[in-house]
Amino acid sequence: MSRAGVNRAISIATPILLLAAWEIAARASVLDTRFFSSPASIGNELWTMAASGDLWKHAWISLARVLIGFAIGTTLGVVLGLGIGLSPTISAIFKPLIDATFPIPKVGLLPLVIIIFGLGEASKYAIIAISAFYLIVINTAAGVRQIERIYLDVGRNYHASRLMMFTDVALPGALPSIITGMKISMGVSLIIIVTAESLAAKSGVGFLIWTSWQVFEVEKMYVGLFISAVMGFLLAVLLDWVERRLIPWKGA
Amino acid sequence: MTAAGDSSAAPGSAKLRLRDVRRRFTVGKRSFDALEGVSLDIAAGEFLAMVGPSGCGKTTLLRIVAGLETPTGGTVEVARDPASTRPENSMVFQQESIFPWMNVRDNAAFGLKARGMGKHERYANVQPILELAGLKGFEAALPHQLSGGMKQRVALARAFANDPEILLMDEPFAALDEQNKLILQSELLRIWEASRKTVLYVTHSIDEAILLSDRILVMSARPGRVKDLIDVASLFPRPRDISTVKSSPRYGELFARIWGELRNEVLASARESGGKAA
Repeated sequence: MSRAGVNRAISIATPILLLAAWEIAARASVLDTRFFSSPASIGNELWTMAASGDLWKHAWISLARVLIGFAIGTTLGVVLGLGIGLSPTISAIFKPLIDATFPIPKVGLLPLVIIIFGLGEASKYAIIAISAFYLIVINTAAGVRQIERIYLDVGRNYHASRLMMFTDVALPGALPSIITGMKISMGVSLIIIVTAESLAAKSGVGFLIWTSWQVFEVEKMYVGLFISAVMGFLLAVLLDWVERRLIPWKGA
Repeated sequence: MTAAGDSSAAPGSAKLRLRDVRRRFTVGKRSFDALEGVSLDIAAGEFLAMVGPSGCGKTTLLRIVAGLETPTGGTVEVARDPASTRPENSMVFQQESIFPWMNVRDNAAFGLKARGMGKHERYANVQPILELAGLKGFEAALPHQLSGGMKQRVALARAFANDPEILLMDEPFAALDEQNKLILQSELLRIWEASRKTVLYVTHSIDEAILLSDRILVMSARPGRVKDLIDVASLFPRPRDISTVKSSPRYGELFARIWGELRNEVLASARESGGKAA
């Protein structure tokens, strides 16, 4: 077997061996199964929840919250980021505000967001949108500033309108940086949604994890963790695909 | 680009008139003159090449005409037909300047889009120019799929498609290998001879200046001034062929004359920067 083949086999074997060790330790009562359920029983619970539809309900509602909030935050972040990158005036107005509020941990804003948007879905969208917005706006503005000057010179020499500078030069030029921002903020969004659902929701993956723990249904808690890992993985794959589609010239 | 000659200025009159154009740069507390009073008339339909030692302000002068830089003094006047809807000038840059995110066709049509031309019309307009520039079959390709020579063809097509009254070219072939340079020079000759646009062409290559231009402006070392203006049009009639020009004895004489003038300037600028370093 080639060196690469061996490494691949090791990569596949390691998690299987760990799961097997976990299962054996649980059955041999080396692990306390009240806290560390055996993989088999977690798999069993996963199956039950999938069959009853519970699993899909929680997964779907969390996914919808992330995607909608993320779309709102990304749109606002890209538009304002392009403005900040292109216009010194817009930068002078917004940049200090953004820089000053950026370090606030966004989960800390949850009480305020709930007061403003209520306990329903709107507050979930809002907290995700706010979290995504900061990383996107900062990356977009940086992306515009990193555009090679020659492209802006071409735009000026060919008398491109303000709108065309926006859509044909600044936006595509900043796209690689924007997508980097999206990847980071997607990870952050998942952290935020699980936290927000643990604190203030009646559904979703975060709610599943936290309430299962409180009522000592540990298998369900593990199922919740498993779903959030799968969601994170799928969203990362989605963003890689978007990246290849949107910036083919970067030859990813 | 098929229009013969340039109707927007009376024959023999100046299309582009530079008067005492100056440019002073300030870096920190030090300031220096890049251009010190350049005056020059360029006739409609004339191909003028500028040569000079590096740092003599050739590119600065071109960028001033392009409107990308503001002169510290002096005037730049372009004789234009007030009814003309054509852009005043378009620039071909030395660096890679085509947009990596647009395919060949959209890159070439960029100027037309900026002028508000609809998609169908600008694609129809740009197609014959793409073919003339040897880009047929590559319309949908993205720049990263093209070689350096092909990319520069796209940049040329973009400028020609925009159909400007004055074409500004800043060492457009400097980054290419020798073979590609030769091919593109002869293609530029062919395209230009069909369109007879007014061209202001910056180059560091004496060779290229003789091959392409009607007149050569030799610039002094910094601060840039007009050192000499040499008539080439009367020596080498058009249409020109690169190998015929190069094998002519007059070519060697002209080359030697320009090199003689430039040599002193290059040495002068070397002395100046050497003196500064000491």
